[in-house]
This record gives sequence, structure tokens and C-alpha cells, in this order.
Amino acid sequence: MKKEILDIISKNSRYSLEDLAAMIGTDEETVAREIKEMEDDKIICGYPALINWDNTSHEKVTALIEVNVTPQRDMGFNKVAERIYKFEEVESVYLMSGGFDLTVIIQGKSMKEVARFVSEKLSTLEYVNSTATYFVLKKYKEHGITMEEEHDGKERMLVTP
Amino acid sequence: MRNPLSEKVKGIQPSGIRKFFDIVSEMKDAISLGVGEPDFDTPWHIREEGIYSLERGRTFYTSNAGLKELKEEISNYQQRRFGLNYNPCGEIYVTVGGSEAIDGALRAMLDEGDEVILPQPSYVSYEPCIVLADGVPVIIELKEEDEFKLTKEQLEAAVTDKTKILILPFPNNPTGAIMTEEDLKGIAEVVLNHDLFVISDEIYSELTYGSRHVSIASFPGMKERTIVINGFSKSYAMTGWRLGYACGPELIISQMLKIHQFAIMCAPTTSQYAAVEALRNGDEDVENMRNAYDQRRRFLIKAIRDMGFSCFEPFGAFYLFPCIRQFGMSSDEFAETLLREEKLAVVPGTAFGNCGEGFLRISYAYSIEDLKGALERIERFIKHHKV
Repeated sequence: MKKEILDIISKNSRYSLEDLAAMIGTDEETVAREIKEMEDDKIICGYPALINWDNTSHEKVTALIEVNVTPQRDMGFNKVAERIYKFEEVESVYLMSGGFDLTVIIQGKSMKEVARFVSEKLSTLEYVNSTATYFVLKKYKEHGITMEEEHDGKERMLVTP
Repeated sequence: MRNPLSEKVKGIQPSGIRKFFDIVSEMKDAISLGVGEPDFDTPWHIREEGIYSLERGRTFYTSNAGLKELKEEISNYQQRRFGLNYNPCGEIYVTVGGSEAIDGALRAMLDEGDEVILPQPSYVSYEPCIVLADGVPVIIELKEEDEFKLTKEQLEAAVTDKTKILILPFPNNPTGAIMTEEDLKGIAEVVLNHDLFVISDEIYSELTYGSRHVSIASFPGMKERTIVINGFSKSYAMTGWRLGYACGPELIISQMLKIHQFAIMCAPTTSQYAAVEALRNGDEDVENMRNAYDQRRRFLIKAIRDMGFSCFEPFGAFYLFPCIRQFGMSSDEFAETLLREEKLAVVPGTAFGNCGEGFLRISYAYSIEDLKGALERIERFIKHHKV
């Protein structure tokens, strides 16, 4: 049942317990308990909304930064990653296979702000050897959701056999 | 001028769904639980394969029976899903939707006056297609207390010495009923005893909840006398591609293919290439869509029952078939009043046969959000019409 709950809320976390229970075919208490368990186990880590900031008047800049680091004895990459992900402007940090070590995705109010973060905070960190910053020009799809889709699905007729 | 029309065709009643379609299309901001097709888009990798085939210039006819690789994939699919073993060469051909196969099977097998046993409520085309093929429809009225299954007693009672074919429409549109292995066993016995043939319309075979679909063709002695009809519309959300197929004994398929050859030539080429991709790499899409339908099914049946409707729990297709007798209206009146007062379209049960009187078909090929919006309208409606 946990998997089924996750499948549903990974697409839309706003269903009420009542709706979830009906969709899964169980009662609300059970769903509430399962969700609580998954929250406690850090399986469900949050419920943020997916926002397309481009459609607001607020400016947001996203950048993807490739980071090369020197892993630390006993801690590997974790300690360096932690030093990075604790910065508030950092959205995501992934350890990568391949030509560089960490992917850091950061969101700032302006290119200037991002640039300042990279030059002053990130690249000056001990064990960070090099960075390469790529600014996102446009977001087409995030979290499985297309940001601006042209869709003709409404053309489905209203009554068919 | 002489009468240009055939009396046979003139005598066929237009589909009861047509009337509703006409009212709805006049209406602004009407919403609907009235469709008989998936709300999902065809999965992108399948669409992409269709596009690629066009880019490659694959815009010619295929052979009459369909692309060789498609027939092979259909054969593999029937084997892995239902344990049925059909030779891609001679026992399978690709049609323009399941509908063409229904028509083709009846025309290939019927002579004037042959009786065809047709359980209703069921899909709207069987009866007219039987009549067009000069057959005589013999209706069996399926009962809610039997969960809208065909019982062997009902079948036995309907057989005469003119009976030739049984149409087996399960999982069923409009009731959502399915036939289990146990249920089919009894049917197969009667069919074998009376030397009948079966047209098994399995277009909803991927949409069963809680158990896997069983084909009557998988019973001993039945493959030789069964035409299995299936297609891509419901399982892969490909209604607009118009692609289906029939599997059966070569003796019958070869005659069906002859009709197809002269009337149709071949199924759309683009659709056939897309369908190859669907069968090769689409199992996960089917499962995801099935899970989504199942969630909506459970959601909707609970909501409908909580409102006080009596509704048997269907385990197939994507329809509920609730009873509305308690409101003192006929199915037609109920559906029409609901449409006029709340601008919500559903299909009256009578569109699927007279015995659908007292019932409505409600489709759950809609998002949970859409279902909720529609349920609000139903709730308001029944408050105004409480008896």
C-alpha cells in the first residue's frame, strides 16, 4: 500500500486522506498511519509545490554547477556535500559518476547572486578543486510535469459508445 | 425517383448515444462522464514510433493481413498474456479497430436466418452488425443479481437449432462485468454441446482489477470455434489510431480476411508501426494506466454508493453501471434531466439494450478532479429529485 500511496502523491500531494483512502480502497486511519510512518522514515521528505517562476513577476535564476572535489579520508564525499547543501540557495546536490563529482543546482534572484555564490562561497571551499556553472535558460519539464504544454486533449468528444 | 435505400439498413435504429451527443454538443460548459475511451494520451514512445515511420516514408499499403512483425508481436502477446497460441501466418489479421473485426466475423460466418445469441447490456454495434449480416439477434438479458454475467442456464435456454454464434462481450461495456475462469467453463460446455461458435470481444482484456482476464479460447476444444477480437484502443489508449485484430482458426480467419481485403484493403500503416512498438515496449504503460483506472474505480464506486445509489462492483473496463430506479425516472429521463439541470452527460443504460432500463453508464476514464466535479453535480441533482 505504501507504494500505491507514493505513486499517487508523487504526482499530486494535495489529495485529502479521505480521497486517498477511497482511491486505494482502505480507510482514512490506515492511510494516515502509513503516511506518518513514511514521514518518520524520511521516505516522504516534504510536500513542496511545483512553481513555474517564469510565469510570475518575480525573477528567479537557476544554475547547474559541476563541482570537482577532493574526497576526504573516512568521510568520502559526504562531508564536502554537506558543506555545500547547507547553503540555503542550494536546491539539490547529487553525487555523480563520470567526469565530475557533484552536481549542485542553485536558485538565486539574479545571475549576479548566483555568480557571487559560486565565486565567493562554493569555489573557496576547502576540497573544492574546480567548478563549471551553467545557467538554465528555460525549464520545459520538472518532476514529470510539463511546464507549458500545448495539448489538444479537450478534443475528446463528450459522449461516445 | 426510386427509393434509393435498403430496407435492411433503414430498419436499423440509430444509436441511442447519438441523441445525447447531439444535445451535449449544443450545450455550453457541459461536462461529461459519458465517454467510452481512455482519457490518457497514447504513450509518447508509441506516438514517436508512428511519427518516425512517417519520416521514413512508410506511407504505403501493408499486406492485407497486416505487417508481418505486427502479427508476430500479436501472436507473442496473446501467448504471454492469455496462453493462446496463434500462428501469425493465417490465424491473425489486423483490422480497423475491434469494430471491423466484429463486423467481419459476423459476415464471414452467418447465412440468412442464422441466430446469434447476444447478451445485453452490451456494446452498441453487435445488434446492427448481426442484422447487416442477415443474422437474427437473440437477446439474453443479463441481470444485476448475476453481476451482469452470462450464466450457462441463460445460454442453454436461448439455444435453438438455428443458433450458430454466441457473442461474448467481456470485460463488458457498459456494465464493467467480467467472466471468471469458473464462469467461462460452464459457457464453454454449452457451446461445445450445441456445436456453437463464439465471437469473444476482448477489447477490454487489459482492464481487469484484482484478477487477470481469461479468454474462452483457452478452454479445451474452444480455440477451434472462437474468434478472439482485441485491439489497441483501450489497453494502449489508441482509439484514434483505429487498430484492432482478430485471431482464430484459419478456416474462418481466411474468409474474414477476404472481406477485409475487398472492403478495407489494410489497416492504417502508421498505426501498425506504432502498434509494434506498443506490444514490444508498452507493458509498463498498460500497468500504469490500469492502476490509475483502478484508483478511480474505487474512488467513484465509494462516492456513488455513499450517495445512496445501489451499484454492483464492476471488476473490468472503465464503467460503473449504477441503478437509478429509486428516483422514479426512466434511464432516458434521468440522463436527460441530469444533462439539462446540471449539465452533466452520462449515458442511459437503454443505449446498450432494453434491459439497460433502470441503469446509467458512468465512465471513470476521467481524472479524480474531473470525477469530483461531476459528483458534486450528481449530488445536487439527487437532492432535488429525492423520492
